[in-house]
Amino acid sequence: MTNNLLLIKNARILDPGAGIDDTGDILIAEGKISKTGKDITAAGAATIDASGLVACPGFIDLHCHLRQPGYENKETIASGAAAAARGGYTTICCMPNTNPPLDSAATISYVRELAARDAPLVRILPVGCITAGRAGKELANLTELAGAGCVGFSDDGSPVSDTRIMSLAMENTAVLDLPVIDHCEDLNLSQGGHMNDGWVAARLGLKGIPAAAEEIMVARDIALCELTGAKLHVTHMSTAGSLQLIREAKQRGLKVTCDVTPHNLTLTHERVMKTQEGLQTTLAYDTNARVNPPLRSPADIEALIGGIADGTIDVVATDHAPHTAEDKLCEFENAVSGISGFETAFGVLMSLVHSGRISLNALVTCLTTGPARVLRDNAGTLKPGACADLVLLDTGREWTVDVQDFLSKGRNTPFAGCKLKGMVMATISSGQLSWRHSSVRIS
Amino acid sequence: MSLSEPRQSAATRETMTRPSIDYWNHRHVLDLDDFSREETDLVFEIAEGMVEILDRDVKKVPTLRGKTIATMFFEPSTRTRASFELAAKYLGADTISLDATRSSVAKGESLVDSLRTLQALEVDAIIMRHNCSGAPYLAAQNIDTSIINAGDGWHAHPSQGLLDIFTMRQQLGDLKGRKAVIIGDILHSRVARSNIWGTRHYDMKLVLCAPPTLVPHGLRDMLEKYSLNHVTIEHNLDAAIENADIVMPLRLQKERQQSGLISSLREYIQGYQINRTRLAGAKPDVLVMHPGPMNEGAEISPDVAYGTRSLIEQQVTNGVAVRMALLYLIAGGKNR
Repeated sequence: MTNNLLLIKNARILDPGAGIDDTGDILIAEGKISKTGKDITAAGAATIDASGLVACPGFIDLHCHLRQPGYENKETIASGAAAAARGGYTTICCMPNTNPPLDSAATISYVRELAARDAPLVRILPVGCITAGRAGKELANLTELAGAGCVGFSDDGSPVSDTRIMSLAMENTAVLDLPVIDHCEDLNLSQGGHMNDGWVAARLGLKGIPAAAEEIMVARDIALCELTGAKLHVTHMSTAGSLQLIREAKQRGLKVTCDVTPHNLTLTHERVMKTQEGLQTTLAYDTNARVNPPLRSPADIEALIGGIADGTIDVVATDHAPHTAEDKLCEFENAVSGISGFETAFGVLMSLVHSGRISLNALVTCLTTGPARVLRDNAGTLKPGACADLVLLDTGREWTVDVQDFLSKGRNTPFAGCKLKGMVMATISSGQLSWRHSSVRIS
Repeated sequence: MSLSEPRQSAATRETMTRPSIDYWNHRHVLDLDDFSREETDLVFEIAEGMVEILDRDVKKVPTLRGKTIATMFFEPSTRTRASFELAAKYLGADTISLDATRSSVAKGESLVDSLRTLQALEVDAIIMRHNCSGAPYLAAQNIDTSIINAGDGWHAHPSQGLLDIFTMRQQLGDLKGRKAVIIGDILHSRVARSNIWGTRHYDMKLVLCAPPTLVPHGLRDMLEKYSLNHVTIEHNLDAAIENADIVMPLRLQKERQQSGLISSLREYIQGYQINRTRLAGAKPDVLVMHPGPMNEGAEISPDVAYGTRSLIEQQVTNGVAVRMALLYLIAGGKNR
């Protein structure tokens, strides 16, 4: 790219934040959006012909697991970032359940340094712990964490059960003006559960996790949000009841936002027992479909899709949770939870657009301006002057998920072998290509 | 007629087509959900022949000579393991038994690795018990050796389901219109789940009776989903056993009280124990079964457990016969 100029020609430019959906060109100079419009020419600019492609702001993921430090066999910042770029993500927020956990300025700084060194083309924003060691007993040094650059607080996966501790945390985060990103789960009620509580659990003889285990904590957190004035972001919300609680809280003007995952929007609990080609058993007990929160009922999915359509759901977040093959090749009850999600997110979500359930605009909003708003971040737009983070999408391209081809170390996905329609063709981060499909040419 | 003398066998009394081994289409025995009526009848017909062998002085036959059957138990068990091992030995097979609670598994070897080792040792079938629901499915998906599920978690116990129905048919003949009641800890019961599937071919009613905390939340929806209309759920024991032909209390484990699923043993006994008084509401010739092991004085009173209506010992004997039939079909049948 000579003169640091990159010109994207003839794309369908979709920028929900700016209210733009029009065919045109995008000129990028010095890592920033220079201008968008018709028939832009720029002498010496590297050019991508994006005819037939959608250009929109780079995706922002509020919830992922990069596993470093501590679990480098599952993922590293480098491999996770490569997978993210391939998925269209230019900004990702990594959860603090590493080893050691991100509960100190030192660990936050360490992750930021690693990110700058190993993944310069993906902006990695660490989330700090709410409590020391994610143990739920004592508050982490929240002000110190904020000072070190964390963008929110979460004990993800080990939710803070003690309401008083959570209340104290939210009094602090209110002043820091950073969101608490809570994994809502009443551990007393969900204890020992392996999947959604329902007919599939009864069929498989597995202990269920009732929807109420999530909803009780969503209700608690909303009450604490009201008490403390803190920003609450309910992450990977999975039930119709949680959605209704959040809808009501928003109507009351509380600072509550939420996200859902691609898998919770598209797969039901029945997926756990679904047999695939080549399996000689009547039931599957598919550990790749084990995730927390669990895959829920069709009624929950219907409600969540409605929540995207009506804007109650602000964000779609991957909860990218890579694991090794050994972590999953075991008894369902002993398998770890999680789905490697970066590389399938867009294709999976496009199924909802192709079936007419949500608009492309609503989907892109949930992947860009929605999360930017939660983070109060300047990304998520193609306005002139903005950082040139963008993604080129082929919404109609069909492909089959081949986990052997993943850039993530985690090949754990219930979408393995699925035919998807919708592919990320190129990802541009600060004006530089962080991912490019072989068919995308630069001239 | 005394209970110890089984009536004429169901298969010869009924005017049905004689089941043929051609119906058998199982590489593994994982649960009864994929057993057709013909397959279940076939097991029973072969088991009747095995009962005759068990009546002999010398019980050993050479049917499975040269075959090796492995038992792999990840959970303590006496009767099921002994029953399977005897079944294999009576058929002339060699048996090896791996106490998985003490072997390399305890040293951290994964289930799939252990199974691959057994496969490499070229055993002909693996009889497997595991505390995790679905573990035999993991096995069947990862190795080629035939797997017989001897109980997995809360999920299934197909040989128990088969021996229960075999015992009912031995005593009652055609089960059409009969009412069986399973009482107690349905939530954690693989026996109840396998009986739900197994009884669906026999035009009988199956009532599951338990306090609400011991019934899986999704069970009603599951029954509806699979149109298992022969099964009903009832919380009141007196209503459940009214006119019952068979009652089968399940073992109540002490942990259930510690975890709060029942308030107290005393209250459970008041509500759900099978005893003489309770049985007054059932048919006068009601039969009493129990999958074992029993907690006498808890889910069942000793006088009923050892009374004239009890089939509990027949169940144990029939268990060997049914397991012989399964081993014959799996290790000696057409699929080998």
